[in-house]
Order: sequence, then structure tokens, then C-alpha cells
Amino acid sequence: MSEPSYDHQVDRSHMQVSDEIAIQISQMNKWYGQFHVLRDINLTVHRGERIVIAGPSGSGKSTMIRCINRLEEHQSGKIIVDGIELTSDLKNIDKVRSEVGMVFQHFNLFPHLTILENLTLAPIWVRKVPKREAEETAMYYLEKVKIPEQAQKYPGQLSGGQQQRVAIARSLCMKPKIMLFDEPTSALDPEMIKEVLDTMIQLAEEGMTMLCVAHEMGFAQAVANRVIFMADGQIVEQNNPHDFFRNPQSERTKQFLSQILGH
Amino acid sequence: MALASDPPKAGFRLSMLIYDTRFRSITIQIVVLLLFLAGLVWLLNNAYVNLEAKGKDFNFSFLWTRAGYDLAQTLIPYSNDDTHFRALIEGLLNTLLVSVLGCILATILGTIIGVLRLSQNWLVARIMTVYVETFRNIPLLLWILLMGTILAETRPVPKDFRLTEAMKAAGEEPKASMWFFDSVAVTNRGTNLPAPAFDHSLGVVDLGWNLPVSLNALAILAVMSASFWGWRRFMARAKAVQEATGTRPTTWWPSLLILFAPISALLYGLGFHLDYPQITKFDFTGGFQMLHSFTALLIALTLYTAAFIAEIVRAGIQAISRGQTEAAYALGLRPGRTMSLVILPQALRVIVPPLISQFLNLTKNSSLAIAVSYMDLRGTLGGITLNQTGRELECMLLMMLIYLTISLTISSLMNLYNKSIKLKER
Repeated sequence: MSEPSYDHQVDRSHMQVSDEIAIQISQMNKWYGQFHVLRDINLTVHRGERIVIAGPSGSGKSTMIRCINRLEEHQSGKIIVDGIELTSDLKNIDKVRSEVGMVFQHFNLFPHLTILENLTLAPIWVRKVPKREAEETAMYYLEKVKIPEQAQKYPGQLSGGQQQRVAIARSLCMKPKIMLFDEPTSALDPEMIKEVLDTMIQLAEEGMTMLCVAHEMGFAQAVANRVIFMADGQIVEQNNPHDFFRNPQSERTKQFLSQILGH
Repeated sequence: MALASDPPKAGFRLSMLIYDTRFRSITIQIVVLLLFLAGLVWLLNNAYVNLEAKGKDFNFSFLWTRAGYDLAQTLIPYSNDDTHFRALIEGLLNTLLVSVLGCILATILGTIIGVLRLSQNWLVARIMTVYVETFRNIPLLLWILLMGTILAETRPVPKDFRLTEAMKAAGEEPKASMWFFDSVAVTNRGTNLPAPAFDHSLGVVDLGWNLPVSLNALAILAVMSASFWGWRRFMARAKAVQEATGTRPTTWWPSLLILFAPISALLYGLGFHLDYPQITKFDFTGGFQMLHSFTALLIALTLYTAAFIAEIVRAGIQAISRGQTEAAYALGLRPGRTMSLVILPQALRVIVPPLISQFLNLTKNSSLAIAVSYMDLRGTLGGITLNQTGRELECMLLMMLIYLTISLTISSLMNLYNKSIKLKER
């Protein structure tokens, strides 16, 4: 089975996984009505890990990472993020959400605000940062994602790839400890996928803890230290990318990999 | 070689007026214009011939003759010796009063109902659905009649509120009681409310054409505007502080102080108090009486239009994708802030255009006032004046012109507002 390749020269010097636990999920279950979406999920994420979550659609990948910042509620089990347990306690939810950044498939930029205002909204209203300072931080991250010249434009005036990079910068402005990516490249053209992936790889090189749901295996190949395969609401298999692609263990994984890599 | 797209070398042929796309649309427009003009000429000629046959002329001088009829609700002084024109103005003011109040109340009520209809609470959402479906599916005229009937038929007569010496001796209670700490009495004649009164009144100034204006009211208005201006300055400063330091200074108690302290001082100085309605032998005296015709019409217009506005608000909020809320939550914004900073600013641009239509509808629907004998523009100019003078063409045209002017004013104001909140796409 051939392995997907990625031509980016990755600097791995800062990519160190520490012993410190960033996310701990134990015996987590979730139902939508009668439908059992997530079954007995157990997952420990250490600080500095770059994890890619793969699997067929409907397997519960997105639902799982959306539970990590409580966009979805879990019904049983425990989720502890950065030492804070997610319960129905609103204060804890607020704390977790301001520590965890999220990037969505459809960008979800605020169309009535300029790019700069998109980036400064949360720091100003949640972190209570002075406006001037928030704008300086915003410009720093816009430069990092290589579109400082778009600061005064509106999201509708940008291309998809640019919008997704703004969305990443918007999350970074909150200085999160963990970044969640929910199919960040699925709504993009092939050319734009590369510019967004480059941004994500850059982030990984700086040692960010990242969880990424993806159909696109470029990121997994370039920087992931672990690939998790989910099917039917369960974690079926997890391994380092090299062994995951070369030597899948379960039948389900082999079948999935043959479909996405076979042609 | 001749290309297919080359213009035909042949000159103009008559059939090209119909079969050539370059001329076709112009041909059609000319034909339509001719038909329209012909129709107009026919209508004008018809009016002219019929007026001639009846020996009538077309002029508006009747407006300056004595009206000779009384009006129950007048916003500016009026007697039956005044002219038809003044009666028209009274009617117009009554129309504007009920329309403006109706638009404001219907917007408030409609927004609340629209938001509640999206509530997670099953019972609340269902009750709001029932409200919307009940009010918008039954004709407005029936609601107006129903409200008028309820108020006039189910409320007690004024003397039921009386407590006579004999009743006191026997330890009996009056049959009916006033509401809100004995300040409001709803009888079958009207709603008696406390009226503002001043011990040291500043008096009244006449603007000419018998338009008295209370100096007390002017003073109150001036102080309130000044307070509001001061408050705006204060809030702008609070925002500047927030931008400079990140923390927003406490604004609620200085706001209350700026907004209410000056007006309280003024009211105290003027010796402001409320003149409560008192029951006498047959009816209430003191306070002021709101006519049931007005109340019934206002309630019916408000409840009916609120049902439509609720649907517009609901649609506006639902038009904003779930992703916007999720993105705001993921950034740590609370639900209240998400609504005010992210959802509502976007929903407004969806809500405002259909809201304009509802304001126009409410204003035009207010002409159903005749059902409860509320003397609006249609009741005065289009009702009694028309009947007394026999100037039906003039009255109708004038009335249409006035409604048209009101409607165009509302819609241009709202369009200006809509333009100011429009989304920039490119």
C-alpha cells in the first residue's frame, strides 16, 4: 500500500510530546435520542501531540472533538481538558472554551465584521484585552498566516483559503493551549488546501497541541505523531502514522485505507 | 467571411420591431405606455363627464367651511365650529397616534414572541406557535370587533365602583374594584388612568392656529434630551476606557444617575403629582379617560401585527447559520453576547425589509377604525366630511394621497436605516 507523501520540509525540533496531560477522555458515551453516536471513548492527549482523527463519515469523529469544547454535550463518562472537568457548570465551560481554539469546515467567520474585528472580538469581550493591544496581537497573527494586507476587508471579499487562514488566526488570538480542527480543508480547492496545511504545519512546528479531523492525509503524513481511526462511534485503532498507513491492524481500517489511498 | 454575429447588412424592416431582440423590448414598452395613457384619459374623461352630468365641479374649498360635527378623541383643541380641514387634521393625528403606538408595541411584542418561539422550552415554544397561528389566521376586523365588544360589554358600569354609606354600614364591598393600587379603572365607557399634574405649572404657550403647548412638557422634554445626550457621552467615554485598558468601567449606576436624577429634580420643582381618577355619583372624575374605541383598535392592531412580526424575527434569527453561534461559543463568548454581537447584527438585515411591510400594513389597517367608531382619517375626512359635503371624489383622492404620503415616509425612513446596517460583500 502506498503512502501519501507531502513535500514540505518539516522542522521537528520543537515538536516534543511532554508527559503533561492536555486532554483526558474516559468511558465517554453520547446519544442523539436513541442513536448511540459515541461508545466508550477513552483517549489521553499529551501536551504537544499532533493527532489526526480519520474514519468514514458518520463515524463520530466530529462529534467527539466537538465534545472537547462542549459544542456537544456528552451523557456519560468524563472529559477533563487542561485539568478542568467538563460538566454542566457554565464557569468550567467558559474556562475550557477560552483555552481551546476551534477551526471549522465552513470557516464561520463573522460576515458583518472586518477581518481585524473578527480577530479582536473575543480577546476584547472575553479576555478583556485593551483594543489597541488586541489589534496588535491580531496583526501579528495575520502576518503569521501571511495575509496582513486583508485586515480591513470583510470575510465575503476573501477566497476560501484566505478565510480559513483568518479563522485559524482568530482562534490563535485567544492564545489557546489546544487547537481543534474539524475538517479544515474539506471545503477548499486543492490549491487552497496547501496554503491552509502549511499554516497548520507551521503551528505544529511551534509545539501546539492539535487534534484534527481530516479526510485529507497530507497533514497526518507531515506532522502527526498519532493517527486515530474511528468507525461506528468507537475508536477502532490508533498508531503512529508510519505504522498506521503501512501496517493497519483491523479489517475495518484496511478497508478504509484501501478506499482513500487505493486510487 | 461573414460571421453569424455580424450585424445584418440589410436595412431596417418593420418585422424587426417584433422579432429582433434589440427592438422588441422598446416596442413592448411603447405599446404598454400607449395603453396606459389611453386608460388614464378614459378615466379622467369619465370623471369629467359624470361630474358634468351631476352639475358638480372639482374643488377643495369645502375644506374651509364649518365642519359642524363633534369628535370624541381630539389631540389638538377642536369644536364643531372648526373647519373640515381641522377635522381632517384631527383624524390624521388620530391615525398617526394609533399607528405609531401600534408599530412600537407590535415590534416589541413580536420580537419577544419570535425569540420565545425558538425557545428550548417545549411548552413556551408551543404556546407562542398557538398565538401566532391564532392571530394571523383570523381577519383583523374580527379581532377589532372582538376587542371592542369585550371592553364595552364585559366591563362594569362606573357606579359599580362606588362604595356608598349604606354599603359601608352593611359591611359590603363595591361590585367592581380599581386596579394597580386604586389608580386604574376600566369601565364599560373607557379606561380611567391617572393624569400628570403640576402644582407649580409653567403654563401654556399658544403656537398660533389654536395649538397650545404645555411649557411643562417642553421643559421635561428638554431635560430628558440633555440627560440622554450626557448619557451618550458617558457611554462613549466608557467605551474609550475599555479600549484603552481592557476593563469596562461600571456603567449601570452612573447611567441611572445621569438619566434619572435631573428629570426627578425638575419634576420635584414643578410639584409633579398624579391626579387619580375618583368615582363620583355616576362616573369618574379626575385623571384622564382613554376611549375604548382607541384601546380596542390599538390592542387588536398590536396583537395581530405582532404575530406576523414574530414570524419575521424568527425567520431572521434562523437565517443566521448555526455555525455563527458555534464559532462564537468556541471563542468563549457567552450566549447573551453572542446574540447581541454576532447574531442580531446579522439577523437585523434580514428582518428589516419585511418589517417595513408590516409597519405599512398596520398603518393602512388602522383605517378599519370605523368598526369601533374610532375617528381616524377615514372616519373624519372619508366619513362624516364626505357625507356632509358630498365631495366624494375630492375626499377620496385627498385621503389616498395622505395615506400614500404616510406610507412612503415610513418606507423611506426604514430603507435609510436598512442601508446603514447592510452587509458589505465586496
